[in-house]
Amino acid sequence: MVVTTYIAILVYGVLLIQWFHLSPATAWVDSAVHILLLSAKVSMITQNLAYYRPARGKYIFVLSYSTVLSAIWLALTYWVLKYIFPNDKTYIEWLNAAVPVHFIVAWLVITAMAVKALVWYDIAEQREEGQRREASERLSREAELYKLRQQLQPHFLFNSLNSINALIAIRPQQAREMVLKLSDFLRGTLKREDQQWIPLPEELQYLQWYLDIEKVRFGHRLSTEVTSTPESEVLQMPPMLLQPVVENAIKFGLYDTTDAITITIKAWQQDEMLFVQVQNPYDSALQQPNRGTGFGLSSIRRRLYLLFARHDLLETSSDQLIFTTLIKVPQTYDKSHNN
Amino acid sequence: MIKAIIIDDEPLAREVVKEYLQSFPDVQVLQECNDGFEGLKAIQQHQPDILFLDIQMPKINGFEMLELVEELPAVIFTTAFEEHAIRAFEVNAIDYLLKPFSKDRFEKALQKWLSSRTVTTTAAAAPQQTAQLLETASASMPTQSNRIVVKINGKIKIIPVQDVHYLEAADDYVKIITQEGAFLKNKTMAFFEQTLDPQQFARVHRSYMLNVNQVTRIEPYEKENHLAILRTGAKVPVSKTGYPRLKAALGL
Repeated sequence: MVVTTYIAILVYGVLLIQWFHLSPATAWVDSAVHILLLSAKVSMITQNLAYYRPARGKYIFVLSYSTVLSAIWLALTYWVLKYIFPNDKTYIEWLNAAVPVHFIVAWLVITAMAVKALVWYDIAEQREEGQRREASERLSREAELYKLRQQLQPHFLFNSLNSINALIAIRPQQAREMVLKLSDFLRGTLKREDQQWIPLPEELQYLQWYLDIEKVRFGHRLSTEVTSTPESEVLQMPPMLLQPVVENAIKFGLYDTTDAITITIKAWQQDEMLFVQVQNPYDSALQQPNRGTGFGLSSIRRRLYLLFARHDLLETSSDQLIFTTLIKVPQTYDKSHNN
Repeated sequence: MIKAIIIDDEPLAREVVKEYLQSFPDVQVLQECNDGFEGLKAIQQHQPDILFLDIQMPKINGFEMLELVEELPAVIFTTAFEEHAIRAFEVNAIDYLLKPFSKDRFEKALQKWLSSRTVTTTAAAAPQQTAQLLETASASMPTQSNRIVVKINGKIKIIPVQDVHYLEAADDYVKIITQEGAFLKNKTMAFFEQTLDPQQFARVHRSYMLNVNQVTRIEPYEKENHLAILRTGAKVPVSKTGYPRLKAALGL
């Protein structure tokens, strides 16, 4: 920009001297005033366009803006040069005669530079937006994949298949039962993808399959108590809300202990809300539930917040032996869609 | 006779191994164990030739248990766990069986070990392989970094890494200094450098690694060296090359 201005001053000055036979002093001052002010206007309009480009009618905006700037530029140069050379009659006459030409040239220069800037900023913006869109698409794809992998729980699945493999040889009847339970559980996992809310008994049945499979895997070490009050059986809940809690209970209560354990799930109605409580024993020597995010409940809390915009729906407590998770589900679903 | 021990927390998984072993009358299963604690005791008692070992188990995992074994037997891993470790295993392991595995696959694994045993006559190659495998595999186990398992007076102790103040090299051992005292572990500093979270532990000296959360002050010491003062008042030397690492871990 600075170099261009400097060259323009030189070229214009030489032109004035050679073509219009102005005296060198007058020519250089005239050139400097015109070109410097023009350069100022150009940088003004390009700077402005960097921060403000109207969404609609941007070319009309640029044309009228450059017209106004050209007029201001013309008035300024005219006034400044008249002020510098008040007594040079021939020069002032020449200046007067050059007004239309000056205006047209200035307008052309300012408009051309402004349009160039406009196009350049638009392209930069598009490129940036493209990158942003690409990044966000990649993120959501990764999240989707992660979710799918988590839902299938490969670890659980392969260990279950391994148990079936053992049972086929020693207790074929039980192997068959296990295959059926695993199928029911997997079908439940796939089905709940597109379901908005599901009845509590359905969710509890689904968890029961899951727990039954774990019972087969771990022999007599696991026992479960799943109970719900009669009035709570008409209540509904979002799918995949309780499962991570029960998975946690299994992880810390069963996978990380060696004794016989009981996992209890209780559901009841209170204050127009569904309460579900999950209790599991844990090894207090190995796990410190209050320390860090070891119990992996932060994602459940986040899910509840996304669904209900409330932070008070998940409560946990622990004594030396038992870890308790309590989930409250407000009955806010659209009841008109029920069958 | 070949002495074997099966360590797995799922009874049915042990059943599969026992069933497949029926084709190998030479191999006798001396004990079945539910977890690493039992497993370690059984290994010390029976000095087995081969282990069939699960990785994810209660209390301590399979890798942590092996770290505490002095005379490593040959190991065949049996697990559903298929993280990055697999590739490393397939190069080094006696074998690594992904659950569920077929009888053919199992026999191939055992046969491979049996034939290598007769060729070398001594079983020396196997433990060496296992140790090598352990170094590569444990580095890629994500659960490794939040605790350290040590053996003290024949008992297993689990130290959460946040309780560790610093580590000090001591000949073939590494001394782990915690608020409860010092523990020794038969490992190298490089091992801890690989397994511990670099955000939390900095190798500040050839012989020292420290928990950056324990640092209260850093003082210059002699020329180009520093001393890190811990909350307990302990002073840990920081070398010229260790100083930038400590600063990076502290976020300076």
